[in-house]
Amino acid sequence: MKLTIKRYDEMVRRASPPSKLAADCAWAFCVGGGICLLGEALRKAYLAAGFVLSDASTMTSVTLIALSAVATASGWYQKLAAKAGAGTLVPITGFANAVVSPAIEAKCEGYVPGVGAKMFLIAGPVIVYGLLASTAWGALYWFLRPWL
Amino acid sequence: MSYLWAFLVGGALCVIGQLLIDLTAFTPARVLVSYVVAGVVLSALGLWGPLVEFAGAGATVPLVGFGHLLAAGVVDAVDKMGLLGALCGGFAAAAAGVTASLVCGVLAAFFSRSKDQN
Repeated sequence: MKLTIKRYDEMVRRASPPSKLAADCAWAFCVGGGICLLGEALRKAYLAAGFVLSDASTMTSVTLIALSAVATASGWYQKLAAKAGAGTLVPITGFANAVVSPAIEAKCEGYVPGVGAKMFLIAGPVIVYGLLASTAWGALYWFLRPWL
Repeated sequence: MSYLWAFLVGGALCVIGQLLIDLTAFTPARVLVSYVVAGVVLSALGLWGPLVEFAGAGATVPLVGFGHLLAAGVVDAVDKMGLLGALCGGFAAAAAGVTASLVCGVLAAFFSRSKDQN
Protein backbone atom coordinates (compact mmCIF):
# COMPACT_ATOMS: atom_id res chain seq x y z
CA MET A 1 0.00 0.00 0.00
CA LYS A 2 1.39 3.36 -0.97
CA LEU A 3 0.84 6.17 1.48
CA THR A 4 0.15 9.60 0.10
CA ILE A 5 0.17 12.65 2.35
CA LYS A 6 -3.57 13.00 1.98
CA ARG A 7 -4.23 9.41 2.88
CA TYR A 8 -1.94 9.59 5.91
CA ASP A 9 -3.77 12.72 7.06
CA GLU A 10 -7.04 10.87 6.91
CA MET A 11 -5.63 7.91 8.86
CA VAL A 12 -4.37 10.25 11.59
CA ARG A 13 -7.76 11.91 11.82
CA ARG A 14 -9.53 8.56 12.14
CA ALA A 15 -7.12 7.29 14.79
CA SER A 16 -7.11 10.39 17.03
CA PRO A 17 -9.77 10.75 19.74
CA PRO A 18 -12.74 13.01 18.97
CA SER A 19 -12.42 16.62 20.13
CA LYS A 20 -13.47 17.05 23.75
CA LEU A 21 -13.82 20.81 23.42
CA ALA A 22 -17.63 20.92 23.64
CA ALA A 23 -17.75 18.52 26.60
CA ASP A 24 -14.93 20.40 28.39
CA CYS A 25 -16.75 23.71 27.97
CA ALA A 26 -20.08 22.27 29.14
CA TRP A 27 -18.41 20.90 32.30
CA ALA A 28 -16.55 24.17 32.91
CA PHE A 29 -19.76 26.18 32.46
CA CYS A 30 -21.90 24.06 34.79
CA VAL A 31 -19.33 23.57 37.58
CA GLY A 32 -17.99 27.16 37.41
CA GLY A 33 -21.51 28.54 37.25
CA GLY A 34 -22.50 26.27 40.14
CA ILE A 35 -19.66 27.57 42.34
CA CYS A 36 -20.74 31.16 41.56
CA LEU A 37 -24.34 30.21 42.34
CA LEU A 38 -23.21 28.88 45.73
CA GLY A 39 -21.29 32.16 46.18
CA GLU A 40 -24.42 34.18 45.39
CA ALA A 41 -26.45 32.15 47.91
CA LEU A 42 -23.76 32.77 50.57
CA ARG A 43 -23.65 36.49 49.70
CA LYS A 44 -27.43 36.77 50.07
CA ALA A 45 -27.26 34.91 53.39
CA TYR A 46 -24.52 37.21 54.74
CA LEU A 47 -26.46 40.29 53.56
CA ALA A 48 -29.56 38.96 55.33
CA ALA A 49 -27.43 38.43 58.45
CA GLY A 50 -26.69 42.17 58.49
CA PHE A 51 -23.26 42.47 56.84
CA VAL A 52 -22.71 45.54 54.64
CA LEU A 53 -22.25 44.88 50.91
CA SER A 54 -18.43 44.80 50.78
CA ASP A 55 -18.15 42.75 54.00
CA ALA A 56 -20.69 40.24 52.67
CA SER A 57 -18.56 39.77 49.52
CA THR A 58 -15.42 39.31 51.61
CA MET A 59 -17.15 36.79 53.90
CA THR A 60 -18.38 34.92 50.80
CA SER A 61 -14.81 34.67 49.46
CA VAL A 62 -13.47 33.53 52.82
CA THR A 63 -16.20 30.87 53.14
CA LEU A 64 -15.57 29.55 49.62
CA ILE A 65 -11.80 29.46 50.32
CA ALA A 66 -12.38 27.45 53.52
CA LEU A 67 -14.72 25.03 51.69
CA SER A 68 -12.16 24.66 48.91
CA ALA A 69 -9.39 23.92 51.44
CA VAL A 70 -11.50 21.15 53.02
CA ALA A 71 -12.38 19.72 49.59
CA THR A 72 -8.73 19.86 48.51
CA ALA A 73 -7.46 18.21 51.71
CA SER A 74 -9.95 15.37 51.31
CA GLY A 75 -9.10 14.91 47.61
CA TRP A 76 -12.56 15.73 46.20
CA TYR A 77 -11.52 18.96 44.54
CA GLN A 78 -8.89 17.25 42.37
CA LYS A 79 -11.46 14.64 41.28
CA LEU A 80 -13.91 17.37 40.29
CA ALA A 81 -11.14 19.39 38.61
CA ALA A 82 -10.21 16.44 36.38
CA LYS A 83 -13.67 16.78 34.78
CA ALA A 84 -14.45 20.46 35.22
CA GLY A 85 -11.11 21.99 34.10
CA ALA A 86 -11.36 25.76 34.16
CA GLY A 87 -14.72 25.47 35.96
CA THR A 88 -12.81 24.69 39.17
CA LEU A 89 -9.78 26.86 38.30
CA VAL A 90 -11.26 30.29 37.57
CA PRO A 91 -13.41 30.81 40.71
CA ILE A 92 -11.68 31.89 43.97
CA THR A 93 -11.90 28.22 45.06
CA GLY A 94 -9.34 27.45 42.32
CA PHE A 95 -6.94 30.01 43.81
CA ALA A 96 -7.38 28.43 47.25
CA ASN A 97 -6.81 24.98 45.71
CA ALA A 98 -3.62 26.27 44.08
CA VAL A 99 -2.38 27.34 47.55
CA VAL A 100 -3.57 24.35 49.60
CA SER A 101 -2.67 21.56 47.20
CA PRO A 102 1.11 22.27 46.91
CA ALA A 103 1.18 22.98 50.67
CA ILE A 104 -0.06 19.43 51.38
CA GLU A 105 2.26 17.91 48.76
CA ALA A 106 5.31 19.73 50.19
CA LYS A 107 4.69 18.70 53.81
CA CYS A 108 7.43 16.05 53.60
CA GLU A 109 9.95 18.81 52.72
CA GLY A 110 9.34 20.57 56.03
CA TYR A 111 7.24 23.56 57.05
CA VAL A 112 9.56 26.41 56.05
CA PRO A 113 11.21 25.37 52.76
CA GLY A 114 8.35 22.98 51.87
CA VAL A 115 4.90 24.20 52.89
CA GLY A 116 5.75 27.89 53.37
CA ALA A 117 7.54 28.27 50.05
CA LYS A 118 5.64 25.89 47.75
CA MET A 119 2.21 27.31 48.52
CA PHE A 120 3.26 30.39 46.53
CA LEU A 121 4.06 28.38 43.40
CA ILE A 122 0.92 29.61 41.61
CA ALA A 123 -0.45 32.10 44.15
CA GLY A 124 2.85 34.04 44.04
CA PRO A 125 2.68 35.07 40.37
CA VAL A 126 -1.05 35.85 40.75
CA ILE A 127 -0.35 38.19 43.69
CA VAL A 128 2.77 39.72 42.08
CA TYR A 129 1.15 40.63 38.75
CA GLY A 130 -2.15 41.58 40.36
CA LEU A 131 -0.36 44.04 42.67
CA LEU A 132 1.85 45.29 39.81
CA ALA A 133 -1.23 46.07 37.70
CA SER A 134 -3.10 47.65 40.61
CA THR A 135 -0.10 49.81 41.60
CA ALA A 136 0.20 51.04 38.00
CA TRP A 137 -3.53 51.82 37.98
CA GLY A 138 -3.26 53.56 41.37
CA ALA A 139 -0.44 55.81 40.12
CA LEU A 140 -2.34 56.55 36.90
CA TYR A 141 -5.50 57.30 38.88
CA TRP A 142 -3.55 59.72 41.10
CA PHE A 143 -2.36 61.63 37.99
CA LEU A 144 -5.81 61.62 36.37
CA ARG A 145 -7.76 62.42 39.53
CA PRO A 146 -7.74 66.24 39.18
CA TRP A 147 -9.50 65.87 35.82
CA LEU A 148 -11.92 63.07 36.74
CA MET B 1 -33.13 36.47 39.30
CA SER B 2 -29.65 37.41 40.53
CA TYR B 3 -29.02 33.68 41.07
CA LEU B 4 -29.56 33.00 37.35
CA TRP B 5 -27.20 35.82 36.31
CA ALA B 6 -24.58 34.70 38.84
CA PHE B 7 -24.70 31.21 37.31
CA LEU B 8 -24.61 32.41 33.68
CA VAL B 9 -21.89 35.07 34.08
CA GLY B 10 -19.72 32.86 36.32
CA GLY B 11 -20.14 29.92 33.94
CA ALA B 12 -19.30 32.05 30.88
CA LEU B 13 -16.07 33.29 32.53
CA CYS B 14 -15.06 29.68 33.19
CA VAL B 15 -15.78 28.71 29.56
CA ILE B 16 -13.42 31.50 28.37
CA GLY B 17 -10.74 30.03 30.66
CA GLN B 18 -11.40 26.53 29.30
CA LEU B 19 -11.10 27.78 25.70
CA LEU B 20 -7.78 29.46 26.57
CA ILE B 21 -6.47 26.15 27.99
CA ASP B 22 -7.79 23.93 25.18
CA LEU B 23 -7.10 26.13 22.16
CA THR B 24 -3.96 28.05 23.13
CA ALA B 25 -0.77 27.25 25.04
CA PHE B 26 -2.14 28.79 28.28
CA THR B 27 -1.29 26.82 31.43
CA PRO B 28 -3.65 27.06 34.43
CA ALA B 29 -1.19 29.39 36.20
CA ARG B 30 -1.19 31.75 33.21
CA VAL B 31 -4.99 31.72 33.12
CA LEU B 32 -5.13 32.79 36.78
CA VAL B 33 -2.53 35.55 36.28
CA SER B 34 -4.26 36.88 33.14
CA TYR B 35 -7.66 36.83 34.85
CA VAL B 36 -6.43 38.90 37.78
CA VAL B 37 -4.63 41.43 35.53
CA ALA B 38 -7.69 41.55 33.25
CA GLY B 39 -9.81 42.23 36.34
CA VAL B 40 -7.63 45.22 37.29
CA VAL B 41 -7.83 46.62 33.73
CA LEU B 42 -11.59 46.05 33.35
CA SER B 43 -12.21 47.62 36.74
CA ALA B 44 -9.98 50.61 35.88
CA LEU B 45 -11.99 51.11 32.67
CA GLY B 46 -15.13 51.17 34.81
CA LEU B 47 -16.60 48.03 33.21
CA TRP B 48 -16.52 45.59 36.11
CA GLY B 49 -18.33 47.64 38.77
CA PRO B 50 -21.65 47.62 36.88
CA LEU B 51 -21.32 43.87 36.20
CA VAL B 52 -20.87 43.20 39.94
CA GLU B 53 -24.11 45.04 40.68
CA PHE B 54 -25.80 43.02 37.96
CA ALA B 55 -24.39 39.51 38.42
CA GLY B 56 -23.30 39.60 42.08
CA ALA B 57 -21.14 36.61 42.95
CA GLY B 58 -21.01 35.68 39.25
CA ALA B 59 -18.65 38.64 38.81
CA THR B 60 -16.86 38.61 42.20
CA VAL B 61 -16.17 34.88 42.72
CA PRO B 62 -14.15 34.29 39.50
CA LEU B 63 -10.56 35.56 39.77
CA VAL B 64 -11.43 38.59 37.62
CA GLY B 65 -13.33 39.75 40.70
CA PHE B 66 -10.08 39.52 42.70
CA GLY B 67 -8.49 41.94 40.20
CA HIS B 68 -11.52 44.21 40.56
CA LEU B 69 -11.08 44.12 44.33
CA LEU B 70 -7.41 45.20 43.96
CA ALA B 71 -8.27 48.06 41.57
CA ALA B 72 -11.19 49.30 43.69
CA GLY B 73 -9.04 49.17 46.84
CA VAL B 74 -6.34 51.24 45.16
CA VAL B 75 -8.85 53.90 44.09
CA ASP B 76 -10.25 54.16 47.64
CA ALA B 77 -6.77 54.40 49.15
CA VAL B 78 -5.56 57.05 46.66
CA ASP B 79 -8.66 59.11 47.50
CA LYS B 80 -7.80 58.87 51.21
CA MET B 81 -4.00 59.15 51.34
CA GLY B 82 -2.79 60.29 47.93
CA LEU B 83 -0.07 58.57 45.91
CA LEU B 84 0.90 56.29 48.81
CA GLY B 85 -2.50 54.65 48.37
CA ALA B 86 -1.30 53.14 45.10
CA LEU B 87 1.00 50.92 47.18
CA CYS B 88 -1.34 50.26 50.13
CA GLY B 89 -4.80 49.90 48.63
CA GLY B 90 -4.49 46.68 46.63
CA PHE B 91 -3.10 44.38 49.28
CA ALA B 92 -5.34 45.89 51.95
CA ALA B 93 -8.46 45.13 49.90
CA ALA B 94 -7.31 41.60 49.09
CA ALA B 95 -6.00 40.91 52.61
CA ALA B 96 -8.89 38.73 53.81
CA GLY B 97 -8.85 36.43 50.78
CA VAL B 98 -5.07 36.05 50.59
CA THR B 99 -4.65 35.56 54.35
CA ALA B 100 -7.53 33.06 54.48
CA SER B 101 -5.94 31.05 51.64
CA LEU B 102 -2.52 31.01 53.29
CA VAL B 103 -3.86 30.09 56.75
CA CYS B 104 -6.03 27.35 55.20
CA GLY B 105 -2.97 26.09 53.31
CA VAL B 106 -0.85 25.66 56.43
CA LEU B 107 -3.75 24.14 58.43
CA ALA B 108 -4.53 21.70 55.60
CA ALA B 109 -0.86 20.69 55.39
CA PHE B 110 -0.82 20.18 59.16
CA PHE B 111 -3.97 18.08 59.39
CA SER B 112 -3.87 15.99 56.21
CA ARG B 113 -1.51 13.91 54.16
CA SER B 114 -0.82 13.84 50.45
CA LYS B 115 -3.07 11.39 48.61
CA ASP B 116 -2.76 9.41 45.43
CA GLN B 117 -3.84 11.87 42.73
CA ASN B 118 -5.59 9.18 40.68
